Amino acid sequence: MINLKINNTEVSIKEGSTILDAAKKINIEIPTLCYHEDLCIAGNCRVCVVEQKGVNNLKPACATPVEENMEIYTSSNRVREARKTIIGLLLSEHNNDCLHCYKNGNCELQTLAREYLVDSDKYINILKDYTIDRSSPSIIKDDSKCIKCQRCVRTCAELQDVNALCVSGKGSEIKITSFFEKPMDSIVCTNCGQCVIHCPTGALIERSYIDEVWEVLNNPSRHVVVQTAPAVRVGLGEAVGLEPGQSLTGKMVTALKMLGFDAVFDTNFSADLTIMEEGTELLTRLKKKIKDNENVALPQFTSCSPGWVKYIEHEFPDILEHLSTCKSPQQMLGPLAKTYYAQKMKINPEDIVVVSIMPCTAKKFEANRPEMYSSGYKDVDYVLTTREFGTMIQQAGINFESLEDSECDSILGKHTGAGVIFGVTGGVMEAALRTAYEIVTGREVPFSNLNIMPVRGLDGVKEATIKIENCRAEWKFLENFELKVAVAHGLSNARKLAEQVSAGKSLYHFIEIMACPGGCLSGGGQPIPINDEIRKKRTEAIYAEDESLEFRKSHDNPEIKRIYKDFLKEPLSHKSHELLHTVYTKRKKY
Amino acid sequence: MTIDTKEKKDKINSCKKKVDLIFRDQDINKVIDRILEISPDNIINEIKDSGLRGRGGAGFPTWIKLKGAKEIESDSRYVVCNADEGEPGTFKDREIIEKNPEKILAGMTAVAKAIGSDKGIIYLRAEYNYLLEDLQKKVELFNDRLGRRGFDFTVEIKSGSGAYVCGEETSLLESMEGKRGEARNKPPFPSQSGYLRKPTVINNVETLVYVEIILSDGAESFKKLGTMDSRGAKVFSISGDTEVPGIYEIEMGMTLKEFSDLFGDRNTKAIQVGGASGFCIPRSKFEETIIGFEGIPTGGSMILFSGKRSMYNILHNYLEFFVEESCGQCTPCRVGCQQLLKGIESIKKGIKPKNYIEDLLDLAKTMKITAKCGLGQSVCNPFVSIVENFREEIIY
Repeated sequence: MINLKINNTEVSIKEGSTILDAAKKINIEIPTLCYHEDLCIAGNCRVCVVEQKGVNNLKPACATPVEENMEIYTSSNRVREARKTIIGLLLSEHNNDCLHCYKNGNCELQTLAREYLVDSDKYINILKDYTIDRSSPSIIKDDSKCIKCQRCVRTCAELQDVNALCVSGKGSEIKITSFFEKPMDSIVCTNCGQCVIHCPTGALIERSYIDEVWEVLNNPSRHVVVQTAPAVRVGLGEAVGLEPGQSLTGKMVTALKMLGFDAVFDTNFSADLTIMEEGTELLTRLKKKIKDNENVALPQFTSCSPGWVKYIEHEFPDILEHLSTCKSPQQMLGPLAKTYYAQKMKINPEDIVVVSIMPCTAKKFEANRPEMYSSGYKDVDYVLTTREFGTMIQQAGINFESLEDSECDSILGKHTGAGVIFGVTGGVMEAALRTAYEIVTGREVPFSNLNIMPVRGLDGVKEATIKIENCRAEWKFLENFELKVAVAHGLSNARKLAEQVSAGKSLYHFIEIMACPGGCLSGGGQPIPINDEIRKKRTEAIYAEDESLEFRKSHDNPEIKRIYKDFLKEPLSHKSHELLHTVYTKRKKY
Repeated sequence: MTIDTKEKKDKINSCKKKVDLIFRDQDINKVIDRILEISPDNIINEIKDSGLRGRGGAGFPTWIKLKGAKEIESDSRYVVCNADEGEPGTFKDREIIEKNPEKILAGMTAVAKAIGSDKGIIYLRAEYNYLLEDLQKKVELFNDRLGRRGFDFTVEIKSGSGAYVCGEETSLLESMEGKRGEARNKPPFPSQSGYLRKPTVINNVETLVYVEIILSDGAESFKKLGTMDSRGAKVFSISGDTEVPGIYEIEMGMTLKEFSDLFGDRNTKAIQVGGASGFCIPRSKFEETIIGFEGIPTGGSMILFSGKRSMYNILHNYLEFFVEESCGQCTPCRVGCQQLLKGIESIKKGIKPKNYIEDLLDLAKTMKITAKCGLGQSVCNPFVSIVENFREEIIY
């Protein structure tokens, strides 16, 4: 332990900690901008400077390790003046049109400007000419708001190993850009939006479709249905000013009905459907491999995460056959709304608008993929993030906290706990195992209360082995088979598993990948800020929701049984292939 | 050459403070014999005893770097020669590289022996690439020679890409690793975690040659030169308003008065000591100013300004340089440099009031204590010294 004094108060903290950590321990929040606990230390914004007794230069609290007997002052006049100067400098090169900024009210620079009361005309305005890159269907990049903290660059490199964003130029010409300064829609960007939730200002935001959605909601000739992803319900609270960690499905459905959606469906339903299709696909691949001795691609990768799908298309185009052909739950529900639901309700599919609310920015890209027209129309018309949904609730003046609960609409609304846990890393794997094991053996997975603990938690790569015993007659070839599975979240972790597959050295049969660290619950479309504490709270809320539900296995979902009986016939049927499965595109790195 | 200039040259040559260590002829084999004989600890002690401090400008005691790198547990260590001579007005390393590469390599060998390194790297500034071919040949010969002697140490050359900031040691390391030239956070210092995160000793070209000279002549003879705080001699790059520009090796501790008497044109108004990032000293302070660590340290750049020069233009030129050469990562340096430049322009044009210069002085002083690396921290030196000594020229 290292002992030091901060503002004359003694602190003891473990070696290797920073001044920032030590200050936090005695309830002093030192301001930061370039610092983010998910990322490596940059120490480049300099707003966290503090004074050390006996040392002339101020020290960056985020980047300075504690030393024995150090005496630190966090609010001395020198410190306050220096911070004020630095914030003033940042504002002098920043587009200070806060009132028209999407991040107004949730901007770290704005907060500091208010706290430090910087004089408006202290420095000369040196904001450069800029253009806003609106080329991507998911992310808008506005350099005039950029403070060069490089959080996005570090996110893209460290968490995601995508390196779509980089730094170019030096001195006054420095900027955050892409390889050869290509627009956002022409680069290896996976649209995961992790840069968006790590950006302290409005330099990177999602492309918003709020106005388009209001437009159709107010058009009586359109039948507007909505689906909400599993993770939305555990993030939405934060978007409307509540504490993290609350699952708000009931209130969320009520709010959607109040906004005027004609039917409120749940992506959890199509998550259950994904399990039926993807689980069956896995068992089919195993059967071909083991029983029929066919050459089939194993392991099978999950395909629910559109950020991951675009990543593998760019980075590992030669192993696309390992990717499950299942569409993501969002893209399964879309065409079903415009076929199955339209037929049942006798609505002209041309009049149906499918809106989805997602914790994700990549879903916006996914909905625009050319393959996603299997209903004969654009399967999903508009994708909103959890944040945009929160904004709509505010625009509509809905007092969210006081709402009563209500339930999703039939016939695409019923869901199980297995569908809910799609929102957390390991959840798809857990849901798939709950179903696949039972299909093969007729018994529940051998884990207490169905909770498959080895695939849970925030470790970057998790693995589990399940021995299959006492199979049903038709699955006898799997008797004593050891099913090896792995789970990775964050694309830098995904790369490790993909490289094994690419080298032909993977030991697994089934691999779940989520592009975002933590899974969808900390996706690029979720409320800001994000950190591990918030990830844990949202995770707990998801698992609590799972345990609270009547059905916890996808194959038990009565609406799933019904759709197979009435419409799809069976998993991997002709109809399923037509509506629920897709193909992938080999992409280049540049 | 005019009579006047010839007289001047004679005067400089007869100056008792002029020395001939760096560029003298020497039997390098003998020096290498000595380096290979002496123990690592004795190398460090000899350098410690000599009082040698880094000749790149910052003046860090050389032996402390060696000791630091030696004592950290590691499977490998690196010796880096900083030949990224980028400070405006400095051109002495180029001369040393052209004329005495073996001495640099011998100095690197001594450092390698002291810290237990088998790998040396010369980081050569991009603008000196025309020296690369010759230097490469010399390095290969030297590697062979050491190899034959059974000493496991090889040197290679890496080329810079033209950024001034890469003369700053941690930016240099980033650049050597193939990354953007951006300063790292310190600690850890390079001697703890440097190239490829291994203990690394980085020294200026000239420092390494003095290491070689100290090991060849002994610490005692080196110590005899200079002052208490500034031992030995130093190679100066002298330019500007002088009839005798060039490279001179002079004992440390000369006053600026003595210096301007030797090199000035009788109309010297100010001397910029230490290049763009150094200090501008007006004539009125020449007598009291010692060139050395107790006075104004310099990496070697001495630029003389005569009465005909506009200090505004000089400051403007320096600030333009910093605006462009800041790496841009840290706020105080990136934005601060631009504000200082725009600030003096605005005062000159009457857009900002004269007293805005006080805000700019405060800004420069804040940059000094908050910028991430030596580049941003030192912009304050020319700014404050020029503005405080020549305020009228800047604001009117």
